[in-house]
Amino acid sequence: MENALSSAVLHRLEALLPAGRLLRGAAQLAAYESDGLTAFQARPLAVVVPESQDEVIQLVRFCHAEKLPFVARGSGTSLSGGSVPVPQGIVIALNRLNRIVRLDPEQRLAVVEPGVVNLAVTTAAAPHGLHYAPDPSSQSICTIGGNAAFNAGGAHCLKYGMTSNHVLGLKAVLATGEVVEFGGASREQIGPDWTGLFVGHEGLFGIALEITLQLLPRAECFHTVLAGYLTLEQAGDAVAAIVASGLLPGAIEIMDRLALEAAAAAVHAEYPPGCEAVLIVELEGPREVVAVERVRLEEILAAGQPVEVRPARDAEERAAIWKGRKSAFSAVGRLSPDFIVQDGVVPRRRLGEALRQINTWSREMGIRCANVFHAGDGNLHPLILFDGREPGARERAEKLAGRILRLCIEMGGSITGEHGVGLEKRDYLPDLFSSEEIGCLRRIHAAFDPLGIANPGKMFPGGSAPALAQQGLHPLERAGVISRE
Amino acid sequence: MTVLEPATLADLVTAVRTTPRLIAVGAGTKPRLAAVAGDFVRLSTARLNGIVEYEPTEFTFTAQAGTPVRDIAATLAERGQYLPFDPLLAEAGATLGGTVAAGLSGPGRIRYGGLRDFIIGVRFVDGEGRVLRGGGKVVKNAAGFDLPKFFTGSAGRFGVLAEVSFKVFPQPVTTRTLRLEVDGPAARAKVLMEAAATRWEPSALEAPARENFVYLRLAGPPPALDALTAEVLGRWPGTTLADRDAEVLWRDVRAFGWAHATGTLVKIALTPGQIPDFEALFPNLPGARGWIGNGGNTGYLSLAPDATLPPLEWPALTLRGDAPLWPGARPRFAVMRAVKAALDPPNRFPDLDD
Repeated sequence: MENALSSAVLHRLEALLPAGRLLRGAAQLAAYESDGLTAFQARPLAVVVPESQDEVIQLVRFCHAEKLPFVARGSGTSLSGGSVPVPQGIVIALNRLNRIVRLDPEQRLAVVEPGVVNLAVTTAAAPHGLHYAPDPSSQSICTIGGNAAFNAGGAHCLKYGMTSNHVLGLKAVLATGEVVEFGGASREQIGPDWTGLFVGHEGLFGIALEITLQLLPRAECFHTVLAGYLTLEQAGDAVAAIVASGLLPGAIEIMDRLALEAAAAAVHAEYPPGCEAVLIVELEGPREVVAVERVRLEEILAAGQPVEVRPARDAEERAAIWKGRKSAFSAVGRLSPDFIVQDGVVPRRRLGEALRQINTWSREMGIRCANVFHAGDGNLHPLILFDGREPGARERAEKLAGRILRLCIEMGGSITGEHGVGLEKRDYLPDLFSSEEIGCLRRIHAAFDPLGIANPGKMFPGGSAPALAQQGLHPLERAGVISRE
Repeated sequence: MTVLEPATLADLVTAVRTTPRLIAVGAGTKPRLAAVAGDFVRLSTARLNGIVEYEPTEFTFTAQAGTPVRDIAATLAERGQYLPFDPLLAEAGATLGGTVAAGLSGPGRIRYGGLRDFIIGVRFVDGEGRVLRGGGKVVKNAAGFDLPKFFTGSAGRFGVLAEVSFKVFPQPVTTRTLRLEVDGPAARAKVLMEAAATRWEPSALEAPARENFVYLRLAGPPPALDALTAEVLGRWPGTTLADRDAEVLWRDVRAFGWAHATGTLVKIALTPGQIPDFEALFPNLPGARGWIGNGGNTGYLSLAPDATLPPLEWPALTLRGDAPLWPGARPRFAVMRAVKAALDPPNRFPDLDD
């Protein structure tokens, strides 16, 4: 909420930018109150919409001089509350910084501004037979700035890694106002890997202005198989057998029954009937290599107890398999007014055990839980369904979420594989790291942002939290402007 | 000179806490990293040796920093696994910690990424003598700042590594190495760029500087390699190396066998398009030898013992010899000093510039 002091600051801020680029009206701010994790909502003082890197630098320097908190935001698809605003701060919306500064097909790289949409990079690279590998489910709307800030993953991390494995260098304005350039166009680093440290900073270091991405040649041939199983455990065993075989698929995914039902209803995906779990495996590479490996894969799958194995016969069938998988998140929204999604990681060999435990808790607590996950790298995605209008439902759902996170830690895994800690999991950081280790992270943070003005409240436990919403609808959903279908 | 040799983590902590100025050393295969001016005590990680945890089904391992990479590679190979970035100087005894501190990756880097892309966790002792972890032991992890990557190439300036965790991959069934005839630096740059963008997915693309050929390595099941080999040799003239010759070649590349036995050895971060500029250094450096690695993204320059390194326009790291540690382009930002102070408040480890 504005007061006399903040009004004076906003007045000075308004003078920095051309007319119309500072949003203050309640209706204008509503769209920015929340992100992909709708449970957290906060109204910022204002939203500013810079159109150039210089304007972003000026804005950050202004915030530094005024000690004004800021939250950088792309498309607001964070699933950890990573771009939830701060009530006493501003949102810097980066969507208009959406230029692909340089596309260099010969050296296979792209230099992009933070507001460039993930899929737009691949679209630009495709005519040259290249693509940008990280493919989060939201890739058609999420931005590279957000991907780099939270080290986004996707279904194809198994072979080529996450965002940080594809960022070669970047230019950024730090929270101190200092403009830095780390790394560069080479696929080789010299000295401490500052680029690697910056990626995954969760917005706490400053704002990336230009990001240099490596592009990979698009695989010549894909072989995508969907296999249905009577139990989740059998699907899990198949994953273990594939991994142990020495094959290195591009993706290994599992969807459980609830997720399958949701995807079937949402995008009319068809799955083998009666299955508790579906496994998706994708081989990729030169056609001669895939031809040998697909035989091997068929043998491994047949040695399990699949109800049905369905190889995609053409690009269309492959696209349909992936459409069903990638729609699962939004599809689950149809089953329940609210849900919490987690992305904890367990050692791969303990996947089956983890899923059994989650199912047991889900039954005991009377909470429905859908599972869609990156099985190949042990990255769970339990979607915990609840109805926020029902008294105590949110608390019960959060309790289950907490138990799952602690389970991941006990099994030797992590509280987040790809969504980041954000607001959502910050209170679990002390379960993963000692107080001395968190102290170390805090000191590094302070080196980049001594005033604590860049995306405050994220990653670290404590601090003031935005009010939890009564129910988890996005403010625009509540207003009837958007829906999750 | 005093050399400390802690055998346990507790001893390591004591050694750090009681030594005002300290630099960690492994097997000394990249001696310039620890050749610091001033009153520094050397801490050898030689006795911090051993694999702590290896789960073949998990494709991850954790080892103490002083463990020779050679031992790790042998253990992995027993289970058909490997570090796909082809660690350098393993035969010479390079330790895991030293390899991380130098940020050195070998020929395989072009395929799946470098050391930074396979390191998943670090345990280190900071300047205050605290034992801290960053990252973890699972293959995918986005919790906390990425300290494992940050320690890659950090040359022991922020802390002493105690343990490191990596993810590994299944070894390809077979490899085949082709020697392609290519005339001149511009043509070599073009072949390296073009080959890296093909459907063949080469597992190495390397070339000796100023020689008229390029090595291309393919990996995969044997029947597939026959077809791919024919296609590559249809595009560029060349020959297939006999398996034994290929083995000797890659062992030699990993050991810097092409370089002078002593003298200055420098690693340079290039882009393939800069190969002609890199090769233009040589006419002015009598006796100098060079290697182009990682599809033209890494250059190595070796000078005879009495030669002097000229200024370099690219980021660079001296591995051995008397040249400055960072002899090339190196941006300096205020935040770098601030981060150094955050991890090493008493300035116990050498300065970033030393």
